[in-house]
Amino acid sequence: MSDLFEIELLRGTLDHCVKCTICETACPVSNASPLFPGPKYAGPQSERYRVSDEAAVDASVDYCSGCGICSQVCPQGVKIAEINAQARHRLKRQRGIPLRDRIITRPTWLGRAGTPVAPLANWTLGFRPLRVLAERTLGVHRDAPAPRFAGRRFSRWARAHTSPAAPRKVIYFHGCGTEYYEPWEGERVVAVLEHNGFEVVVPEQDCCGLPLQSSGLFEDARRSVRRLAHSLASQLADERTIIVGNATSCTLMLKREAREILGLEDDPELRRVAERTYDICELLLELHQRGELRTDFRPIPERIAYHAPCQQQGHWIGKPALELLSLIPELEVREMHARCCGIAGTYGLKAEKYEIAMAVGRSLFEQVEASGAAEVACDSETCRWQITHGTHLPSVHPIDYLYRAYGLDHG
Amino acid sequence: MRRRDHDVVVIGAGTAGMVAGARLAEAGADVCVIAKGVGSTHLAPGTIDVLGYAPGRVESPADALTSLAADHPYALIGSAAVADAVDWFTATATAAAGAFPGYAYVGSLERNLLLPTAVGALKPSALVPETFVAGDARQLDGLTVVGTPLLRDFHASLCADNLRAAGLRTTTVSLEVELDRVDANALGFARRFDDPRWRAAFSARLAPLLTGAGPVGLPAVLGLRDPHAVLTDLQAQLGRRVFEIPTLPPSVPGMRLFEILHHALRRAGGRLVIGAGVVSHRREGDRVAEVQTATAGSNTTYAADAFVLASGGFHSGAITLDSHWQAHEQVLGLTLTGVPDAGAPRFVPSYFAEQPLSRAGVAVGPDLRATGVSNVVVAGASLPGSASWREASGEGIALASGYRAAEVTATALGAGAIA
Repeated sequence: MSDLFEIELLRGTLDHCVKCTICETACPVSNASPLFPGPKYAGPQSERYRVSDEAAVDASVDYCSGCGICSQVCPQGVKIAEINAQARHRLKRQRGIPLRDRIITRPTWLGRAGTPVAPLANWTLGFRPLRVLAERTLGVHRDAPAPRFAGRRFSRWARAHTSPAAPRKVIYFHGCGTEYYEPWEGERVVAVLEHNGFEVVVPEQDCCGLPLQSSGLFEDARRSVRRLAHSLASQLADERTIIVGNATSCTLMLKREAREILGLEDDPELRRVAERTYDICELLLELHQRGELRTDFRPIPERIAYHAPCQQQGHWIGKPALELLSLIPELEVREMHARCCGIAGTYGLKAEKYEIAMAVGRSLFEQVEASGAAEVACDSETCRWQITHGTHLPSVHPIDYLYRAYGLDHG
Repeated sequence: MRRRDHDVVVIGAGTAGMVAGARLAEAGADVCVIAKGVGSTHLAPGTIDVLGYAPGRVESPADALTSLAADHPYALIGSAAVADAVDWFTATATAAAGAFPGYAYVGSLERNLLLPTAVGALKPSALVPETFVAGDARQLDGLTVVGTPLLRDFHASLCADNLRAAGLRTTTVSLEVELDRVDANALGFARRFDDPRWRAAFSARLAPLLTGAGPVGLPAVLGLRDPHAVLTDLQAQLGRRVFEIPTLPPSVPGMRLFEILHHALRRAGGRLVIGAGVVSHRREGDRVAEVQTATAGSNTTYAADAFVLASGGFHSGAITLDSHWQAHEQVLGLTLTGVPDAGAPRFVPSYFAEQPLSRAGVAVGPDLRATGVSNVVVAGASLPGSASWREASGEGIALASGYRAAEVTATALGAGAIA
């Protein structure tokens, strides 16, 4: 990316900051912890004092969770979260990247290692003495929510599955959460798309690089996202073909974050992929508005809570899941108003940040409990694991309710 | 392709846009409020100042509204709609099913209250949260202003000096308060006041220091969850009436105002999309057919039968003056009015004088319809004809024009008169 481009589109936006403090009102982290002084201070204010190649004197930007809400609410268009992500990267480069951050940011390694030995891996992750040891040696908090390996991979199921040929084709980007931990979510996404007349293609794919990016490992993140974009772009010959994903933070990475934060605006493949990538609920709502979504829904007489994750809000499309869920007869959906569950991908796993993440999530957990909901719908897998950790209630992707309402769970 | 279709798209999430959105949703329209970011509510004091100066200080907005120039927004909106808007807002804010049960807005168009600002000036307001009422200087003999050194956005002694100059017997208390951080703003304090134990401890320390007579003025930090309970508790614990004085942003009462309107919008089935700044639009004949917003990946098209433009005027950058001294409406490319002719002065040297440019805005007809397009109604600070910061009329214009814009739009859509 050219310097001028960077100045115009990212760092230069700090000049639009009028110090109105709207970002401060919305920041989940600074409102829960004094260790992060807030997006305005850490972003447009501090950025003026960050001189390239000089050692950073203030490390507080490391406590930014990267949720991105500050950029969303800024009425002046300052790219606060993106500026902070780059500052975090420079800070890490200067001070060194902990071994922990090199491990927990690679879902592919972890998934490939854990899947064949899932019972043992899951036992290990739940075994207190080992978790204490991991906290002491690696800095992964002993209580942090660890997903359970499913013991099978979604891509295996996909290879064995034949999607009926249809005039409309969609490329399914399932992400690592679906691949290693919740393969059934992917099966349900495929079933809902096929029910609506799509032929679903599942190309070879790997991590989008978001965990690497949010821990400041930009070079590795660029490699990951470019490899993924290359694989997805190869499927886009037909102009009408689009990509759809259910991991909302990973689709956001493809759409926007990699281009802005990693400086890949000029990458033509990534641009093509970004323009054609949809969040699953975004796509289904659009179909509904065109009268093309099947609405043969059976009633689901349950009360659920819905939490829109920060990264879903970063798509700047509102809350399509809420509108989709409202189509299901008898399903009572309580919208949660708390902004953030706290986990922010891998942030809440880190020993020094776990307590902050739990403090951030507290008001969401309290609202969920007060709602009397039996289950929590949420578009992001790491948020779902954190919500279950904080509320002891099951949490699933909104697509699950469509899957059930279509009667697809009964074959 | 990313595309959404609605009956109405409201552009802007400040008071005007949120009121218009909530009213349209209540009228049964499929409405979506889109905004580049969070709006002006978080920066303003949270009071509804209908008309404070015209140009002398206004005692009764209802009387003064009738004598405004014919091109003033209130003259276009009409006194009846202003009154209806105030009634609707009061009922909405106070509703048991509203955002903050018990947190009433108090006042009327008949008499302005006169409330201390952070610098101890007295500002006329028509409609104020219950947490402001005890500060009404018209009813006041003496008062105590309380500050804390940790909140550097509020200086009790500055406020008190000016109130004394205005003839009010004012004492001050400076209370040392420990928070977990060195740089605290009003929001940080408000979150503490949400905690009943914390505020009880605060009252216990403050009570013995109160010597003067009259109510106790605190910076506006009385909580974001249940401000009615905070006020009730403090008054009981201190044995005096308590009131809030607006602070520098972030404005805690302004955040509550946003929540009141957001709650009303959502309850009526309206949607809010924040982060969706309009980047372009497309016309069909004399209609705006659709707008494009910046979204992740690629733009999203919002098509609608009608649009309400509540984008904030010069304050938000929705109207700009370029380096060639040309003024532009940035969102829909609408015609402006009130811009001084080429060569005529736009500004005068005195900062606080009325600036020649200050009454510029989007040209509208009598029903707030933007000139030159058939399906755009304008509300809030983009309207021409007022100098709201001199008149203390900004929030009142936002409320009443948002309300009126919804009426006009709903009628045009065929949804009929709003219930």
